[in-house]
Amino acid sequence: MKFGVVVFPGSNCDRDMYDALSYDLGQEVSMLWHKDKDLSKFSTEDCIILPGGFSYGDYLRCGAIARFSPMMQSVIEFANEGGKVFGVCNGFQILCESHLLPGGLLRNANQQFICKNVFITNETEKIYKIPVAHGEGRYYADEDTLNELEANGQILFYYCDEKGNKTEASNPNGATRNIAGICNANRNVFGMMPHPERACSPVLGNTDGQEIIRTMLMERQLVL
Amino acid sequence: MTYTVQIKVMPLKELLDPQGKAVMGGLENLGLSGVEDVRIGKNITLQVNADSPDKAKQIAEEASKKLLANPVMEYFEVSVN
Repeated sequence: MKFGVVVFPGSNCDRDMYDALSYDLGQEVSMLWHKDKDLSKFSTEDCIILPGGFSYGDYLRCGAIARFSPMMQSVIEFANEGGKVFGVCNGFQILCESHLLPGGLLRNANQQFICKNVFITNETEKIYKIPVAHGEGRYYADEDTLNELEANGQILFYYCDEKGNKTEASNPNGATRNIAGICNANRNVFGMMPHPERACSPVLGNTDGQEIIRTMLMERQLVL
Repeated sequence: MTYTVQIKVMPLKELLDPQGKAVMGGLENLGLSGVEDVRIGKNITLQVNADSPDKAKQIAEEASKKLLANPVMEYFEVSVN
């Protein structure tokens, strides 16, 4: 499989993502400019990534303007055909604004930009230490949507403490039900606020992100 | 003709508005009494060329639904001047 990383004006984790995939995970990656539309070299086995950053300056709402960029029209089509799409941080916000994922991301409950390591866990109860860096990461959806997400096993990651307990204190941004990442019902579109690409290089002292990218996108273990 | 359309976009009533909460704290520090709640949204002004005020309102409503507001977390009100 190969990866494409979309570059929007204001993306700032696109190179981190490229380096993590290319150097740390040994994958074939190319960059995709937001004004282009061509995804013909990608098949549904491949994965398009929407990186973190501040696309279009976060104007209006985070991700709201990126949704209408030419490349996003192709990405939405690609996702609807079953292609894998993964959004991190601002990429997650763009996926929600594009209606590829339900819900939305609100201003952090404590009104602060949060940049630190957090712990996240999934249904397999594996605990990962991954950095977050966002001001608008408070996941929100109405009760019906949340219940549906949980019933379908669409919640990929919850914020937790070091031991895996999903406590209020371990929830950095006030996200509903401690939600850090979700996928769509078809399990080909994934979004998360924490940055696995920033935890892939041994030089940085944390390689938990490698396992997330590998299991979620390459081996599809999280994707039943 | 050209109509000036005002769109008020506000966070849904049931949602926590951290910005409003922080400003509320500021007002309290200012020593002002009587303010019980603060909620902060956006005001967007559009100049819309349309045949009638109704048509201008309709265009603004479509703009609001599709881009200016996100119904998952916000509601909006449109008024034509």
